[in-house]
Amino acid sequence: AEVEETLKRIQSHKGVIATMVINAEGIPVRTTLDNSTTVQYAGLLHQLTTKARSAVRDLDPQNDLTFLRIRSKKHEIMVAPDKEYLLIVVQNPCE
Amino acid sequence: MEITYTYTRKRSEFGRHCNFTDWPARVTVDIPPDPSMADNFVPQDPVDVAIQHSYDMSEHEVNTARLQAESRGVNHTEGGWPRDINPQEQEQTARFRKKLEKEENYINTIMHLGTLMEHCVRQNNTINIYEEYFGEEEMAEVEYEPPSAKIINVIRDPNIPKRTTTRISWQPGTSEKLAVAYCSLEFQSNVEDMSFDSYIWDLVKPNKPELALKPSSPLVSLEYNPKDSYVLLGGCYNGQMAYWDTRKGELPVEVSTVEASHRDPVYGAIWLQSKTGTDCFSASTDGQVLWWDIRKLSEPTETLVLDITRKGLLENALGAVTLEFEPTLPTKFMVGTEQGIIIAGNRKAKSPLEKIAGTYSGHLGPIYALTRNPLYPKIFLTVGDWTARIWSEEAKESSIMWTKYHLSYLTDGCWSTVRPAVFFTTRSDGTLDVWDFLFKQNDPSLSLKVCNEPLSSLRLQDTGRVVACGSKVGTVTLLEISSGLCTLQRNEKNMVNAMFERETKREKILEARHREMRLKERDKPEGQEAVPEKTAMENPQEVLERVRKEFFEEIEAEMRRKTRAETQ
Repeated sequence: AEVEETLKRIQSHKGVIATMVINAEGIPVRTTLDNSTTVQYAGLLHQLTTKARSAVRDLDPQNDLTFLRIRSKKHEIMVAPDKEYLLIVVQNPCE
Repeated sequence: MEITYTYTRKRSEFGRHCNFTDWPARVTVDIPPDPSMADNFVPQDPVDVAIQHSYDMSEHEVNTARLQAESRGVNHTEGGWPRDINPQEQEQTARFRKKLEKEENYINTIMHLGTLMEHCVRQNNTINIYEEYFGEEEMAEVEYEPPSAKIINVIRDPNIPKRTTTRISWQPGTSEKLAVAYCSLEFQSNVEDMSFDSYIWDLVKPNKPELALKPSSPLVSLEYNPKDSYVLLGGCYNGQMAYWDTRKGELPVEVSTVEASHRDPVYGAIWLQSKTGTDCFSASTDGQVLWWDIRKLSEPTETLVLDITRKGLLENALGAVTLEFEPTLPTKFMVGTEQGIIIAGNRKAKSPLEKIAGTYSGHLGPIYALTRNPLYPKIFLTVGDWTARIWSEEAKESSIMWTKYHLSYLTDGCWSTVRPAVFFTTRSDGTLDVWDFLFKQNDPSLSLKVCNEPLSSLRLQDTGRVVACGSKVGTVTLLEISSGLCTLQRNEKNMVNAMFERETKREKILEARHREMRLKERDKPEGQEAVPEKTAMENPQEVLERVRKEFFEEIEAEMRRKTRAETQ
């Protein structure tokens, strides 16, 4: 219930295009996009997050990845990683 | 005799502790110096000895192996579902999801991540961190950066017996593809397994050609049809013409008959502007210019023999090496010949004799490139022997501007499509020169050594930014030139116009003066007919005799002078 509320709130923010929750195995638990796109995002971003996390930890073993933001020409992909899940939001920043 | 030394020791004394004693210093040997030995040596005074105290260094070169990069795609499919759940079944996946959502871990994680995410989303919405803060202070005054060029790609001929790149043609419109004609131009050097193919390369994949064009004889010239980006025209080494449609495949759609074609390699083949878009013309060193309609390549629609005496005799004809046609002046065309003469022709002339409108001579060797300035069509550039010359159509006697004489042959040249004062030339020592005639006329603004082999062809992309040069071993190098050389400066058009007009006027004045002088000379002998007649009567034999006599007289005078000097 609260989960629903949180996700709905995020989705309703200005500029947010899509919201997704992916679990550690790459299964999309919750998504506002169609399946094939979600699967693509899941596969690619999961790998990228793992790589980013390993980079951060390599540089400083005490450190850990808290957030990942990828800004592209068209929009910004924000990834909040966790041990088990990945929360992905695609937003079009205000210009 | 054996020399032995025996050292005896009692067995009970083995392993005994050494008994050392101290001795005062004793002179064992004393060799006094012998001055007589000094005569064996020569004293050297002064002595030069070089001593250096520095690090010992060595030089080592390492080059990594060439990396072949390929573009591949990844196929994403769903996976990760536990074994008992079929991902296609909606019900099962939905059930799984619902179960997952009920877990406490899930709820906690999402709440935590949610707050984090919201913070960032809100941040994005409030401030745009990539905002243009200093937008008004646009770089109106671009600081003068020295011109530079960067090699962005190198495309190599995949075949082993290397052939020269004879022509490069960019695809009209998108400019993503490059058609390159390869042919070995060495005289009679046909190696057995030399391939005849010419390739179309896609710039994204420089390792493998997009399409191979397979003619019956290697292509010497190749051009995309400017109206239709799928059709290409090619001129072969054996004189035939062929045209391809890239949608139809590798073999030419039609080839001209051998009897009706040229008898020498077709060095120039250009599309003409016409309603049907199927007209083209070609020129070759056999002295002919032929007009064709590609729908019917069995015989040319028109022929012209490049005989400047206007008699139409093939024996007097000059071999053509380059051909030029500008769509904005559709009735005129120009041919550059092996003899260094440029022939300007008029297509609309009734008789073939009148087709040749005028000639321009000034080069000492074959003219390898002939192009009109895209912004000032009356001005054209020719490249041949060791110079590049700029001509104006109005000044017939000589070029209006020229570069200095280089140390190596100039092999190709072209104008920049964006800036009217910039042109490019390639040399046979592998250098690409970029000239900015408005800025400096003595030297090129930029001179880049592209490769160690001679560069044989050059073509600028329509945007004016990327230039492709082909070398003798079949390597095509793509260079991107700095923005200073491909953006129009303010006032440039006016200044260039003024420069060309000034030079043209100068040439015209010189021409006028020459004409006056010639007229004067012609008038003078009319009053003194006797003298020129006599000198005209001397035939070569008499001239030879006279010269021989003079020569020997000179020698004898010299010898006499020498003997006189010696006896004195």
